[in-house]
Amino acid sequence: MSDTSITNSQEPLLTNDGVPLKESLRKSLRRTKIRSFLLILAPLSFLLFMFVTPIGSLLSRSIDDIQINNVFPQTFAQYEQWEDKSQLPSEEMFAAVINDIRVTIKIKDSEGNLIGKNLLGRSGTRMTYEYSGWKSLISKTVKEALKVDKKSKEDVKPFKWEAPYKEKMIKRDKRWAKVEFWQSLGAMKDPYTMGYYLNAVDLKYDANKNIVQKEEYLKIYNTIWVRTLKVSLMVTLFCLLLAYPVAYLLATLPMRTSNLLMICVLMPFWTSLLVRIVAWMIMLQQNGVVNDTLINILPCFEGMVNLPFFGATNIDLCFSDEDRIPMMYNFTGTIIVMTQVLLPFMILPIYSVMKGIPPSYMKAAQNLGATPTWAFIRVYMPQSVPGIGAGCILVFIVAIGYYITPELVGGKDGIMIGNFVAREMQRTLNWGLAAAMGAILLAAVLILYWAYDRLIGLDNLKMG
Amino acid sequence: MKFPSYTTPREKLWHYTYRIFCGLVLFFLVAPLIVVIPLSFNNSVFLQFAPEMKFFSFETWSFNFDGYGTRWYKELFGICSANSGTTVCTDRWMIGFKNSAIIAIFATFFASVLGTLAALGLSNRHMPFNRLIMALMISPMIVPLIITAAGMFFFFAKVNLVATLPGLIIAHTILGIPFVVITVTASLSGFDNNLLRAASSLGGTPLRNFFKVQAPLIAPGVIAGGLFAFITSFDEVVIVLFVGGPDQYTLPRQMWSGIRNEISPTILAAATILVIFSIVLLSTLEMLRRRSEKIRGITPH
Repeated sequence: MSDTSITNSQEPLLTNDGVPLKESLRKSLRRTKIRSFLLILAPLSFLLFMFVTPIGSLLSRSIDDIQINNVFPQTFAQYEQWEDKSQLPSEEMFAAVINDIRVTIKIKDSEGNLIGKNLLGRSGTRMTYEYSGWKSLISKTVKEALKVDKKSKEDVKPFKWEAPYKEKMIKRDKRWAKVEFWQSLGAMKDPYTMGYYLNAVDLKYDANKNIVQKEEYLKIYNTIWVRTLKVSLMVTLFCLLLAYPVAYLLATLPMRTSNLLMICVLMPFWTSLLVRIVAWMIMLQQNGVVNDTLINILPCFEGMVNLPFFGATNIDLCFSDEDRIPMMYNFTGTIIVMTQVLLPFMILPIYSVMKGIPPSYMKAAQNLGATPTWAFIRVYMPQSVPGIGAGCILVFIVAIGYYITPELVGGKDGIMIGNFVAREMQRTLNWGLAAAMGAILLAAVLILYWAYDRLIGLDNLKMG
Repeated sequence: MKFPSYTTPREKLWHYTYRIFCGLVLFFLVAPLIVVIPLSFNNSVFLQFAPEMKFFSFETWSFNFDGYGTRWYKELFGICSANSGTTVCTDRWMIGFKNSAIIAIFATFFASVLGTLAALGLSNRHMPFNRLIMALMISPMIVPLIITAAGMFFFFAKVNLVATLPGLIIAHTILGIPFVVITVTASLSGFDNNLLRAASSLGGTPLRNFFKVQAPLIAPGVIAGGLFAFITSFDEVVIVLFVGGPDQYTLPRQMWSGIRNEISPTILAAATILVIFSIVLLSTLEMLRRRSEKIRGITPH
């Protein structure tokens, strides 16, 4: 027997070339590993360079506070020495501000263009995020600090303003006498800040760098976070409620019929999202198909009726023009459209899991005395849970980062955090805040993604 | 529908309620798409069913198609008479269509190549960090588009890719890769590696083995993934809004601005064409699926 000869022999097994088999196998394994690595190399490096790097650099903006530290180094150094922070700082700190401005204004970029003004403007914008008013205060002070004495006969004309600055600055703009402005510098003095993240969840630093709630009238984002969560959860729930019965029907019908019905599920999946949004606008707008249909088909009764106990009463049971339901450009619209858009993402995973449940189990359960309902609840449903999990996570992940649908049909009370990221990016240009909100959103998505991989496995992610 | 004789009336009722519910859900899925089609043939400037669009009158029992016409299709294709009325005659739709097609074709090509390479490499179970790399490859599908778009905006600005065609192609390639990876991985999971061993024992070089043996078997997966990548690129608007230049019209972008600003039924004409387009794609995919099942000898379910 060859088996016994293998176990009995003391020498290692050799291949034809006289190399030990173990060695040879290891070599071949290494070769396949290298080959696989070479195959992956191109797509992986492409993705790392063009996808991971951009997102990484976006996220780094959410904590980056280096710019303002480069512009106002002396001021921040003075801030460290400012002892009683409830009193106005001393003359040195006022002088530091002026000096920093005068140094910065001379900064040139690599091509020799003066960029100091730009840098100061950006710093002013950054400072306004901490305490509103900084921007105009800085630009006013910059103008004043750079005025030169034109009558002077020297080559380099001296500045009009000379030390001591404290009184002059306060005289020029009373805001310099407000200690809150000075206190707000504390939140900016480190090259890295959590300020954008705090801002994104309606918190802020106070004078002593403690984290506190923002004033009520400045709070915007918490409601948006809550709404994003609410919309995502509601859409997931509605999708599940609508998808589960349909998936069951598709899984139990004969192949031919279910394939036909499957087209209804896949059709929207394959149609442009914008087309579907346009379609829903036609359906749901005030003069849209749904409202028109309601007016046309609902029975209409209006008139005086002599009711017992009530006497003559005017009854209006009509669904008329003034009763048209607003379903577009609001919360309802967002929910309806998103549910339709994401429904296939729920149906398909549940369907593919249900397809694998042998129908004989239900029959066996009924044979053992369960009613059909009981058999369904105790035997069928537990087996379909992986599909439910996959569908719910998938729908939730996609829903939470939605931008297009809320932007187009959401109106005021339907917009979500994705829309605020875009708004900060494009309109207010507060990129740090946009990055911070994006980072929080991304973290949520990645946690769910990880959970999906753990629970269901990415290999089971199927399309269509 | 035939029920067994022991079915109680309550069960029958439940059964019909259930069927009706499912029918309504399926209706909910397709109804909006169907509504678009007749509306795109209307003659008025409104995005709603005007009274003159009632093509059948119960009073006179006759058809009347006066409310219908191909006006908006003409406008879509840039053929419009001077007196066409309120909306501006523009060839942006056609430019957009052309741009979208160019971007989508290139993006699909690159995504298919890169995605297939990645899936082939990842199919090796001994590869270190297999799972992590797989997760990374699929992540462009999962990361919210708005974050991808914002990141690319800053990055592309640094490397001078903003408002360029290559920039958009690169971005759309990235969005397409996950689809190809998923579909090719799925078709590789049914692949018997012994076939490759047999081929090389018959003297084939690895490259020849791949093209002669493996490629035909994973081809349906590649094509399916490519179709997904194509449709994704063809329908993508967020990245175009962030990374594209102001005169880089694409079809979705034109629809976007149409929805936001000058809402005109031209959108409906475009939408109808896209719906038909998606029907064609869907049938292609279905054919591919059947073919792949036939090749691999799997009877449908």
